[in-house]
Amino acid sequence: MNLNLTLIGQAIAFAVFVWFCMKFVWPPVMQALQERQKKIADGLDAASRATRDLELAQEQAAEQLKESKEQAAQIIEQAHKRANQMIEEARDNARLEGERMIESARGEIEQETQRAKEELRTQVATLAIQGAERILDSSIDEAKHRELVDKLAAEL
Amino acid sequence: MAGNNPTSTEYIQHHLQNMTFGLHPEHGLGLAHSAQEAQEMGFWAIHLDTMGWSIGLGILFLWLFRMVAKSATTGVPSGLQNFVEMMVEFVDNSVRETFHGKSKLIAPLSLTIFCWIFLMNLMDLVPVDFLPMLAQKIGAWFGADPAHVYFKVVPTTDVNATLGMSLAVFALIIFYSIREKGFSGFIAELTLHPFNASNPFVQALLIPANFLLEAVTLLAKPVSLALRLFGNLYAGELIFILIAMIGLWQLPLHFAWATFHLLIITLQAFIFMMLTIVYLSMATEKH
Repeated sequence: MNLNLTLIGQAIAFAVFVWFCMKFVWPPVMQALQERQKKIADGLDAASRATRDLELAQEQAAEQLKESKEQAAQIIEQAHKRANQMIEEARDNARLEGERMIESARGEIEQETQRAKEELRTQVATLAIQGAERILDSSIDEAKHRELVDKLAAEL
Repeated sequence: MAGNNPTSTEYIQHHLQNMTFGLHPEHGLGLAHSAQEAQEMGFWAIHLDTMGWSIGLGILFLWLFRMVAKSATTGVPSGLQNFVEMMVEFVDNSVRETFHGKSKLIAPLSLTIFCWIFLMNLMDLVPVDFLPMLAQKIGAWFGADPAHVYFKVVPTTDVNATLGMSLAVFALIIFYSIREKGFSGFIAELTLHPFNASNPFVQALLIPANFLLEAVTLLAKPVSLALRLFGNLYAGELIFILIAMIGLWQLPLHFAWATFHLLIITLQAFIFMMLTIVYLSMATEKH
């Protein structure tokens, strides 16, 4: 337990170890630690930024959805309106057409009636004459009486 | 144990003797064959076991940490790197909390102190007869008398080792004091405290008293630093030796004491480191 040269040897060894540690051990480890710290901080930063971005995007998406819904509703409404209008138009058209057809049918009927009357008239005249002929036993002046009968027929 | 059944006293003394190499006035250059011869070698002798183990453990520590430092990644650290980073951060935090100046030296110095002293203390947990017996066998093989082969495994139970380190710290204390306050500031600190007078004549009278007090304070630092570590480890080692002498019961006792001692060796390494930081921060701070 006597003090001797070991004392100085130990002090020198100590100094060398400290120097080595300061030169070759501490800086790289510290640097790695600091770099990792920075990396983690950056990562956390990015994560919070991404969260914010996500929120923003969600908000935007919701807004767009609402907008498109509104637009869709508007379009549907317009379509409804247009359909109603078209139905109305069609109905009007149909009514007009119907009326026209009725009108033309009516005209035709009138014409038909007129023609039938005309025919009837001529036939009646002929029949009357034939009747008269039979009655009078064909001695009547056809031309003379014809005029008379025609007059009669016209009064019919 | 030596060849011809030593008494308990001889056994203990044998265990507490370092392997001393030096120039003996009568036997010339060589290993000391007894405590007496080691004493006679005087200052110019060296403890081969202390130096060998401490340097070996220091190299082990630096090799381990250097290996990790070289391949340190900034990604997810793996096993050993995790451990090294934990140690580095622990020491860095301790230094940050206590030492407020700026210095590139303090933190690596503290790391070296903590790890190195811890490793040296850890040798205390190797069973006390194991390595000395091995050394004796090797010594006998080289033709030496086993009874005269001394081998002390724990460097911190050698007061030379602890005092060597504390003197290095002491040199740093003085260096930092002078660097921060200048040489005159350092002298002023030694002589103008704690008694202070505005009258220059009275002040001149107070200087010797101040110097006496401050010199004791200053010198007590390395001495207490060295003796605290040495005393704790020496006592622990002695108890291990005593336990080793009681036969079969040494096994549970050894285990119990080793468990407790594990606490002491960590604590002593930590205390040495912390006190070094505190002393150096005191040296750099102005009053």
